[in-house]
Amino acid sequence: MSVVTVQLGQCGNQVGHELFDVVCGDAHDGQRRSYCSVSRERFFHQTERGDLVARAVLIDMEPKVIKHSMNKAANSGRWTYGDDAHFSQKQGSGNNWANGFCVHGPRHEAALEELVRRQVERCDRLSGLMAMMSVAGGTGSGVGTYVTQCLRDTFPKSFIVNQLTWPYGTGEVIVQNYNSVLTLAHLYGLSDAILVHENDTVHGICARLLNLKHISFGDVNRVIAHQLGAVLQPALTTDSHGLYSRNPLGELASALVCHPEYKLLSMSTVPQMPSASIAYSTFSWPGPLRHLRQMLVSNSKMEEGIDWQVRLPAASERSRSLTGGGRGGGRGGGGAAAAAIFNRSLANLLILRGKDVYSAETGGFEDPALFTSWLSPRDAFSLWKSPVPFNKYEKSATLVSNSQALLRPLDDMVRKAWNMFASRAYIHQYVKFGISEEDFLDSFTSLEQVISSYSQLS
Amino acid sequence: MTQSVVVQVGQCGNQVGCRFWDLALREHAHVNKTGVYDDALSSFFRNVDSRKSDGGACGFGGRIQHLKARAVLVDMEEGVVNEILQGPLSEVFDSTQLLTDVSGSGNNWAVGHMSYGSVYREQIVDKLRKAAEHCDCLQCFFLIHSMGGGTGSGLGTRVLSLLEEEFPEVCRIVTSVYPSPEDDVITSPYNSVLAMKELSEHADCVIPVENQSLVDIVNKIKHMSDGGKPGLTIRKDSSIISGQGGLRGAEKPFDAMNNIVANLLLNITSSARFEGSLNMDLNEIAMNLVPFPRLHYLVPSLTPLYTLADVSVPTRRLDQMFSDAFSKDHQLLRANPKHSLYLACALMVRGNVQVSDLRRNIERLRPSLPFVSWNQEGWKTGLCSVPPVGHSHSLLALANNTCVKSTFLDLKERFTKLYRKKAHLHHYLHVEGMEQSCFSEAITSLSSLIEEYHHLDATKGKLIPDAPRLSIAR
Repeated sequence: MSVVTVQLGQCGNQVGHELFDVVCGDAHDGQRRSYCSVSRERFFHQTERGDLVARAVLIDMEPKVIKHSMNKAANSGRWTYGDDAHFSQKQGSGNNWANGFCVHGPRHEAALEELVRRQVERCDRLSGLMAMMSVAGGTGSGVGTYVTQCLRDTFPKSFIVNQLTWPYGTGEVIVQNYNSVLTLAHLYGLSDAILVHENDTVHGICARLLNLKHISFGDVNRVIAHQLGAVLQPALTTDSHGLYSRNPLGELASALVCHPEYKLLSMSTVPQMPSASIAYSTFSWPGPLRHLRQMLVSNSKMEEGIDWQVRLPAASERSRSLTGGGRGGGRGGGGAAAAAIFNRSLANLLILRGKDVYSAETGGFEDPALFTSWLSPRDAFSLWKSPVPFNKYEKSATLVSNSQALLRPLDDMVRKAWNMFASRAYIHQYVKFGISEEDFLDSFTSLEQVISSYSQLS
Repeated sequence: MTQSVVVQVGQCGNQVGCRFWDLALREHAHVNKTGVYDDALSSFFRNVDSRKSDGGACGFGGRIQHLKARAVLVDMEEGVVNEILQGPLSEVFDSTQLLTDVSGSGNNWAVGHMSYGSVYREQIVDKLRKAAEHCDCLQCFFLIHSMGGGTGSGLGTRVLSLLEEEFPEVCRIVTSVYPSPEDDVITSPYNSVLAMKELSEHADCVIPVENQSLVDIVNKIKHMSDGGKPGLTIRKDSSIISGQGGLRGAEKPFDAMNNIVANLLLNITSSARFEGSLNMDLNEIAMNLVPFPRLHYLVPSLTPLYTLADVSVPTRRLDQMFSDAFSKDHQLLRANPKHSLYLACALMVRGNVQVSDLRRNIERLRPSLPFVSWNQEGWKTGLCSVPPVGHSHSLLALANNTCVKSTFLDLKERFTKLYRKKAHLHHYLHVEGMEQSCFSEAITSLSSLIEEYHHLDATKGKLIPDAPRLSIAR
């Protein structure tokens, strides 16, 4: 079953392009036939001549990035974007969420829906829609939110997953925190699952694990694409009965999002190393899986510098979580506590790819101490496997978590946005396009709710 | 792809504008090797085939026939514009884009703003409209003028308010050349303050440039190239004061200074014209750098000033470029930003620079730059892959910093010195439409602007606690 990807704004279009590149290349490398054909079916439409055309819609309010991505794809010789699958205007959204959401979105609604519909109709069976965007700018965030709303209205029964790139903490865009708050608050009610990548984290992976001295956005985007590919390429799940699962987005959402208040998903992949080193490395399961588990527990974002001191609480201390008890009523000073005790999960999904998957020992991930007490580990933990190595790594493990990992970044984002809002800086720019102070307050309230919920996990 | 229209008013405005068009052609000639009229060129130029009978506009993708600048040139005396029309740039303008008169404004803002403003209102609007109609998607008007004289200052600000009236949706970015204290126009403080009120009310962004800073930079470069260290020569076409490689042959006296401002404009628009990994469009500049409507004065800094010709000398490190952008030597305004408060800062990088270089430098410089409490990470960044002619990379920093307050205080002082004595006031009051209240309103506007900056400045250094968050009832 197929996934239709909607690439929004500069970031969405750049990352999306890398993702199609990764999955195309992965299914190309002399892999097993049924893996390749499922992967191809999922991401590409095959023309009569056998050319692969990405199941994607490219949307941006100015033309340069789309043009660049389409050219790069065409030059790859392996796949292309559809000629009629893109939409751009002349002038961007100016980093203004309100411009994207209130002006550009509604203005072009019909055209955008038509483009998505066309892609969906080309699928034999639609498994779901994935919208890729950043939250810092104007188009990805504003138009992206509006488009997600339209998708929800047009395809009420389909799974809609949003892949969001969060900006570097120290400014790419000055009003990024406003744009992020408005986006997240709105998406929370629309999306089935929100997969988050943070530029800071991915940058760290590039610097420390991949040893890149000069890191470009291309490098960052390729890491994100690798992680997404590791999740979305074909896998055998518990429900798929020995065949590759046909419903990756649905199974992802139902494995991890057990409650509508908890939708933020983070992911880590091990190992990650410079591609030149891969040929010289030996891979085994126990080491990487142990690291991955400790990364989860200690909320480390990468395989280096993991804090091994953080331990799961004993049964008697089960109630303490990242905040040591959550926020009491009336205490107004900020959400997450500074000291990470341990990162409590609601649900985890482990995806193993490569040789000897069936012998990998994953019991450590089913430890009830990792999870909240509401779900049994059997329900909270899911395992997918594929015997086919992914993207040149002989063995790789990816963990997608619904946990407190994003609590701190979310809290920081809300705190900075709130401080700016308190002085009403830049608000006139948003009001100009149709967003009121009330709307801002509503969004802040929704996100404080989310922060509170995640803080209180026990 | 969007288009921008340049409106150059007065002697200074037209001279700077002329340098801008020359350097723009040079830049595009350098980048566009195929001779095809592409998006980047169309942002500032129309392609016209004069053989066609319908006026000859050509769309994209065709070969370049005749490039016409998207510009409107206004001057109340003919000297400067005539000179342009007799020079090699004459091909780039056609007569419908020009508006001239003979007698000039006599360094009198009121004459420019009120008298000529009314007389020529229709014609100005007409020419602006024509320029706008030639654009597919007009994003921005760039107004270039000086503050100290009569035409640029008076008529220029009148044009600004016409732009707001007729094209309210289009961004207005104004490059204003401020007079130095030693300016030989006695009434320049009057003209400047009267113009300031208009800028505060009608412009989206103002980029103030001080003549003295331009002079200092020119001197620094001349010193470097005329026998600084032996063995170090500067690549002639690379210095930002150089017009070499452009159409004009000999360089005129103010050319060096005007080239700097022209380069400023080229760099601001580079990301809108060329591609890069992190684009920064013109409407994003106003959005990110203007937190409150009237506080829209942005201090510009340009680096590098030149490239060394001798390739065996190691190229100045990238990091040096970032440090330079925050040094007073490279600023086009003489205020001191490090002692004031940054409200926001934009870094527009061109050339082969990656995001890791950008991040590293921001982290490095951040501790020494005081930012306002609610915008501690107030950086807006853009990466454009095409470097300017003669350089491998360059950086333009635009800072919204409270240090402009000192420039304005200076101006206010000079104004008050004259106004107290009512010196030269009668020249202004004689003009139809001009009253004493214009003066008092203008100085009030300036004072309250200074006050707004002062208010923000007062928060500097104080530890502002986080605003109390919303608490959720459970």
